[in-house]
Amino acid sequence: MRNFKASSKHPWLSLSVLLVMACVAAPDLIAVPQSPVPQEDLLALSGEIGHPGGRLVISLRAEPKTLNPVLSVDAPSREVIAAMQADLVHINRATQLTEAALAESVKISSDGLQYTVTLRRGLRFSDGQPLDADDVMFTFHVYLDENVHSPQRDLLIVGGKPITVRKLDARTLVFEFAKPYGVGERVFDGLAILPRHLLEKPYQEGKIEQIGTLSTPANQWAGLGPFRLKEYVAGQRLVLERNPYYWKTDTKGSRLPYLDELVFLFVPSADAQVLRFQSGDTDVISGLGAENFSVLSRQKESYILADAGPGLEYNFLFFNLNDLSGRAAPDLARKQKWFREVRFRQAVSAAVDREAIVRLVYQGRGAALWGPVTPGNRRWVDAKVAHQPHSIDHARQLLREAGFKWASGPSGDSALLDADGSPVEFSILTSSSNADRMKMATLIQDDLKHLGMRVQVVPLEFRSLLDRITQAKEYDACVLGLVSFDADPNSDMNVWLSSGGTHLWNPSQAHPATAWESEIDRLMEEQLTVTSYEQRKKLYDRVQEILAEFQPMIFLASPDILVAARNTIGNFHPAVLEPYVLWNVEQLYVRNRGKNSSGE
Amino acid sequence: MNERRQLAKWLIGLGVLHGVIACAGFFAPYDPLEQDREHPYAPPMKLHLTDTQGHFHLRPFFYPFRMREGSVDQYDEDIARATPLIFFSDRSAYRLLGLVPCRLHLFGTSGERVFLVGTDGFGRDQLSRILCGGQVSLLAGLLGAGITLLFGLGIGATAGYYGGWRDEVLMRLSELFLALPWLYLLLGLRAFLPLAVSPLEAFLLIVTVIGLVGWARPARLIRGVVLSVKERDFVRAARGFGAPDGYLLLRHILPETSSVLLTQAAILVPQYVLAEMTLSFLGLGVPQPLASWGNLLANLQQYSVLVSYWWMYLPAVAMVPFFFGYFGLSSALQEWATPHK
Repeated sequence: MRNFKASSKHPWLSLSVLLVMACVAAPDLIAVPQSPVPQEDLLALSGEIGHPGGRLVISLRAEPKTLNPVLSVDAPSREVIAAMQADLVHINRATQLTEAALAESVKISSDGLQYTVTLRRGLRFSDGQPLDADDVMFTFHVYLDENVHSPQRDLLIVGGKPITVRKLDARTLVFEFAKPYGVGERVFDGLAILPRHLLEKPYQEGKIEQIGTLSTPANQWAGLGPFRLKEYVAGQRLVLERNPYYWKTDTKGSRLPYLDELVFLFVPSADAQVLRFQSGDTDVISGLGAENFSVLSRQKESYILADAGPGLEYNFLFFNLNDLSGRAAPDLARKQKWFREVRFRQAVSAAVDREAIVRLVYQGRGAALWGPVTPGNRRWVDAKVAHQPHSIDHARQLLREAGFKWASGPSGDSALLDADGSPVEFSILTSSSNADRMKMATLIQDDLKHLGMRVQVVPLEFRSLLDRITQAKEYDACVLGLVSFDADPNSDMNVWLSSGGTHLWNPSQAHPATAWESEIDRLMEEQLTVTSYEQRKKLYDRVQEILAEFQPMIFLASPDILVAARNTIGNFHPAVLEPYVLWNVEQLYVRNRGKNSSGE
Repeated sequence: MNERRQLAKWLIGLGVLHGVIACAGFFAPYDPLEQDREHPYAPPMKLHLTDTQGHFHLRPFFYPFRMREGSVDQYDEDIARATPLIFFSDRSAYRLLGLVPCRLHLFGTSGERVFLVGTDGFGRDQLSRILCGGQVSLLAGLLGAGITLLFGLGIGATAGYYGGWRDEVLMRLSELFLALPWLYLLLGLRAFLPLAVSPLEAFLLIVTVIGLVGWARPARLIRGVVLSVKERDFVRAARGFGAPDGYLLLRHILPETSSVLLTQAAILVPQYVLAEMTLSFLGLGVPQPLASWGNLLANLQQYSVLVSYWWMYLPAVAMVPFFFGYFGLSSALQEWATPHK
């Protein structure tokens, strides 16, 4: 009740707090009349009706670095924050379409420059404080502040100018863009609305990074998501509890979420996660490897094992195409001559047996890729990109056309020679901690042996691998994977723009090095400002076709999103977008509570 | 005389085992790098002598595996297609003892492939990989032990024979080497090397490191022997007749260290095989896809492999007779060396 007293300087507010508390817990307070309640505008979700109570334990690979959405960059932080925060408009992970969230409606003006956002009535943070337009104004002010270094800032710069926010009244705001923005209202997804009452002071003192950390006491942190902070035990677990002020209900009108507690256990390795799941310590594993998936599926235990289909991860091989004029070792400069030859890259692509990768690396639970957009991304995948079959003959023909020839080696095997007569030998870097990509590299090594190329696979620790690729630029080729955070092409801007830092084969270029890279630049910039889906799709299709033709990345395969859960969990519908399982955490519930509690 | 027979027994046993590994190309039915992508994680196949009708065949045969519909690592025997083994087949080319080009294999098959101890995740024949991987591991052990003993002998003899400041310096150095955390040293060393190390370079690197790190213990043992031998009457007599140091060492002193050296060798070889396996297991040994026992066992780092495919443990079983042989040999050597003294 201490919280309640603290907030009683606002009489109308304290009443509403009281009312909500009354509904939630204490039957003796229900006598308070209903009429003065500020009208609440709750969102009713369809889906199975569950029953309240219970807890769900899920394992995280690492501890979240922070709970503050302004500063989070790591995946564990994002996963936890997604359960604690809410955005104005949210992308439904199942349909991949937007849905109104904190905003009751978003109206876009006909020129696409003005978005009028109306907030829901009666919204409250998880500490009971009401939300109004000022919180939203403050939120965007913080995200756009250069000194805060928020990773979301780039998303809010359109046409070179930051978007501006104006308040019309307590529930209505106008967002203004310098140019039409192709993604439309999707821009609001993932931009958590911040509690101004907690953050304003630290922000003005320039100490925003000190609040919302793991050491912040639970009563000094709040959000608009289904759960709020309860307890953090360093190195072990993070416990979230039900947010009693959450703004969603089920179709029967009972307030969500159903679960009382959501517990994140920190379990560092994938194998350890499986063991903890098997021993009953955790209820859910999301992002399971194919091998462990089949280990679980062979067991008699009654788990729900779900294969949600290919996600947004794409794995690829790429060559060092950096302009190292003068700086490169003579050895690398000689190799780069091959790598720059389009037919060389096309030949490598034709020689790679993608079906074998899917079968041997992902045990068939994945999809072969010929472009960066996976079949899981239904709205954006370009069906016209040819699924070129695995053909050593075709690869040999391409190499012959490009001036390569073969010499029979000492033991009868033929070695590939370039036009100058030197043998084609290079190494492929891969991350030593990723068994899947190590396997891919080994398969590619064997495939390329059939072309007479001598390839070595070099496993490197991930940090030093990234360093070699982006900083030192001393490598021949590399197998790597990327995961788009959204289905929209905008999420990969940084990969395709030649100025992008993740333009891996030749990052952060001042001017596009090739004509096709400059065309991709133009297409990506254009789709950013076109608002019709059909037109954007056409532009992005063209990007995919250029990539398929010039093969700066030789796309390999995409793993399915595999998850396992106890079969007592209801409303379990894993999606291919992150967070795979917890995207509908407010609707998850524990079916057989008696049995579950005895198991704890 | 009994000790001699014991010794001969162990030596012959080890000789046969090493002979098999040395001629791995002959005993292995396939190229250890050849991938059969239709048969990942195939379990060991059974050889049959009687077919489904109960007819007896003199030539062993097997039923090839067909992957079970909808699975990726479950196989059924295809009873309709009994395939006989072909003895002394010539299929893939290899180099006998690493030198002589050769095509002859102890056994093979035509068409369908036989996997007597199963396959790994790439469908590579586990038997061929164990045999050829043994070449790397055993050679690393033998060469490493050779280097160690050479250094140990040189340093131990110098320290023991000359004594004085040489003895002081060398023995303090040996204490330093005994205290060195050599695994971390090797991890650090690897970071300074060029990115792509060719298999041969990687192999030589491990052998050198393993060999150089272990000289301290044999050196101290040999120093002790030299210290006691150099005061014996026949050595004093030879010195009295004016024999130079080199002659004394080679002719009179070092031969007395032979039993210590041989026993040390028999202990060091398996220890160094294990060291190679540890390094390869940690990814610091010969690069994949080359086989070595440590590389083969590295597959077991994955939990799914650990619980699903028991034949991936077999490389560990393969080394047991070798270790048994070497430890037997070392105790037989000791028996043989002591009674005369």
